[in-house]
Amino acid sequence: MDAATLTATGIRKSYRGRMVLDVDRLELAPGRTLALLGPSGSGKSTLLSILGLLERADEGTVELDGRAVTHRDRDARMVMAAAFQRPYLFKGTVGENVAYGLKLRGVGGTAASTRVAAALERVGLGGWEANSALTLSGGEAQRVALARALVLQPRVLLLDEPLASLDPLLKWRLTREFARILGETGTTTFYVTHDQDEAQVIADDVAVMNAGRIIAHGRVEDVFGLPADEWTAAFLGMEPALSGIVAESEDGVARVDCDGIDVYAVSGVPVGAEVLVAVRPEDVTLFEARALLPPSSARNRIEAVVVELTHSGATYRVVVEAGRVRMAARVSRQAVTDLRLETGVGVTAVFKATAVRVAARGVPGGV
Amino acid sequence: MTDRTRLPVFRALLASVLGLAVVFSLTACASQPDAATDAPGGEAGEPATEPTRVILASTTSTQDSGLFDDLIPAFEAAYPEYAVEVIAVGTGEALEMGRNKDADVLLVHAKADEETFVAEGFGTERRDVCYNDFVFVGAEGDPAGVGAAVDLNAAMTAIASGEAAYVSRGDDSGTHKKEKKLFESAGIEPAGDWYLVSGQGMGETLKIASEKQGYTLSDRATYLSMLEALDLAIVREGDEGLLNQYGVIPVTDARNPDGARAFMEWVTSAEGQAVIGAYGVETFGAPLFFPNAE
Amino acid sequence: MQIFADALRDGIAAFSQGTIDVWGIVWTSLQTSGTAVFFSLFLGIPAGFFLGTRRFVGRRLLITIANTGMGLPPVAVGLIVAMTLSRRGPLGDLDLLYTRPAMVMAQVIIALPIVAAVTAAAVGAVPREVRLQARSLGASRIHEAILTLAEARLGLVAAVAAGFGQIISEVGAVTMVGGNLEGSTRVMTTAIVQFTRMGKYGPALALSAVLLGLIFLVNVLLAAGQHSADRFERT
Repeated sequence: MDAATLTATGIRKSYRGRMVLDVDRLELAPGRTLALLGPSGSGKSTLLSILGLLERADEGTVELDGRAVTHRDRDARMVMAAAFQRPYLFKGTVGENVAYGLKLRGVGGTAASTRVAAALERVGLGGWEANSALTLSGGEAQRVALARALVLQPRVLLLDEPLASLDPLLKWRLTREFARILGETGTTTFYVTHDQDEAQVIADDVAVMNAGRIIAHGRVEDVFGLPADEWTAAFLGMEPALSGIVAESEDGVARVDCDGIDVYAVSGVPVGAEVLVAVRPEDVTLFEARALLPPSSARNRIEAVVVELTHSGATYRVVVEAGRVRMAARVSRQAVTDLRLETGVGVTAVFKATAVRVAARGVPGGV
Repeated sequence: MTDRTRLPVFRALLASVLGLAVVFSLTACASQPDAATDAPGGEAGEPATEPTRVILASTTSTQDSGLFDDLIPAFEAAYPEYAVEVIAVGTGEALEMGRNKDADVLLVHAKADEETFVAEGFGTERRDVCYNDFVFVGAEGDPAGVGAAVDLNAAMTAIASGEAAYVSRGDDSGTHKKEKKLFESAGIEPAGDWYLVSGQGMGETLKIASEKQGYTLSDRATYLSMLEALDLAIVREGDEGLLNQYGVIPVTDARNPDGARAFMEWVTSAEGQAVIGAYGVETFGAPLFFPNAE
Repeated sequence: MQIFADALRDGIAAFSQGTIDVWGIVWTSLQTSGTAVFFSLFLGIPAGFFLGTRRFVGRRLLITIANTGMGLPPVAVGLIVAMTLSRRGPLGDLDLLYTRPAMVMAQVIIALPIVAAVTAAAVGAVPREVRLQARSLGASRIHEAILTLAEARLGLVAAVAAGFGQIISEVGAVTMVGGNLEGSTRVMTTAIVQFTRMGKYGPALALSAVLLGLIFLVNVLLAAGQHSADRFERT
């Protein structure tokens, strides 16, 4: 089936007088997967419900291939399908669950069982039709929920944090599986998540939402590469973003003066432009202060002092300060021991010019 | 003074407990004025105890008539050592309760069965107490002409014409037995759409007859006491065969044989008979029961 | 215990000799209670579904009313229905007092709040997201309702059992509005009361045994239904 375009314009929704959604425009491009990122309670699920015609917006229109549609429009709803954070399988067998939407569309008999079998095959559960739906593990149930949506060959697929309740290992495996499946089917997909890693693997496009508003929207590499503003940068883990002025630009490498500290970045931003500069903590390496460094392509070498050290899983997040500039680095536990990292210790922060993201201030989406 | 004010709650409590105790002892004395001085054996000289329970099994029709509301308090006033509990059931169950010794004394109205009951040794003796009478009631206008019939047999035939429904109690009660006897002597086997069987007490049966605008046989007392709730009129009364004799029977080996005997003696005494004869005069303008103890 | 043995022997004798139309009585019971259960489900399930799934002003009050209805004294219902249907009552012209329809009416009023309240609780326990999920697969409102009821079927079986159990063993109201008329409105409970009042403990006891057996049978059937509904339950 040909891929659909879904557009939302001027969507407003409030609950008990509180505005929970205020989206000027969001477009799902045909055949592409748009990940909607945002913290809990930012309005992601509400937007999905409205886009999926499951819930009514107070204001605004949803258009399917340029035609305005509402939750009353059953034909429009029939070309969509969704799966949610919890799989909510119905009582009965796996086969009955996957066939539910087909039954609603009047598809039965062998046609239905062939399609159910194919959908289960696709999610790696071939031959599971007769199993009880309520005795499955979390991962199995989530795959059935996906098959239940996929079997309908929807023109728009809506997935609301389908992997959020799974354990990390399974989640990572299913993320890649989902990415493969969505790639194969070529369905226009709206994928709500609060996990940017998941978003980067699965999505072509990404929108970032906060407090009911879309604050960034673009291709994955653009949004992640060029945070639209300090909040987005922080949300995407690039905190803290630095602001500076492009002092020099040569061979595609810009020297950005951030309060007296020079940051080299691969960017075509013209000299004199006010920009935001962000580095993902993963891209920053810490060495002993004034260490004799081996030759490398890492152009940025900044002498700084540790001001904050926080434990986070197997790694540490270290905030360092150079003059008035702050940046974060993610380092291993081993490194903390080796470098004897603690507040007040001097270090050299090293990162490549290609790891630096530059965004022109006030121009969302970048350069 | 400080002591007094320190424990006001305790004092109040103590005072009320003492007060209650005084009330209780006064009550005990009142029911037993001469306990300390009188020789045993006399009525007023019974041992100082709570009144003992006397279970009186009687019929729902008697209960429904309201007679017990006058009769029982009068008896209890005369015999404070007894407290009567009335169990109102059908005559059949009343007799069955007597057989099972679940009642101490019976006041029922099915003379032949009562005599059998005594003959079989379940009751010590049987005495006539009073009688009331049965009446035929039916829809205003008497569509089957029950009242106009020359005698009771003709009246039963008129009822059996099926012109209107007849609601039978069908519960082996004294009233039901009377009805069966009347049909029998008229040579009629009651059956058909017109013959409804309620299996319930007089009050319920009257209400059903009223709703169905049919006939039924009722004791006068129950009918009069429910007059306001019914759309029924008396269509026939006064025949010799419509009299209803009540008898009293103390149950053999009852739990409270003395109470049972006392009750029998009292209802057949001049005092008890007077209460029965006076009942209903004030409310209905005429007596409902006619005392006839020997 | 002799009294029970004697009574039971008498009762069985009365049944087998056909002096008491026991099967007629049982059949009347089943007919009236069955009809009443049907109507209570017909009205009570949609009402319960509405109460259990929709959010609206006054919902809490209505649920409280339904729950109060669960404790509605049957004799009070009997009294109100009897007064309403009596010749002097507002619906007296219908000539319905002391008929089977009157019994069914009272029984429906008794069972309806039970069915509605149990249904509301059962469908209320089905996550809202199940309906959202169904809707997202193309379900209409009706489909959503059917799915929700199917998800709540254990609770619905409980609703049937509760409603039926309440009215088949109820005696006060059916006596008041049915009149215990032989061959038309005499049901097991009213017959038991009558036989007891008449001192016929035998038939009363035997009929009680039949009633008990019948309730047991119905519960066995419902339990079987529940078991098959339970097949796919998480354990």
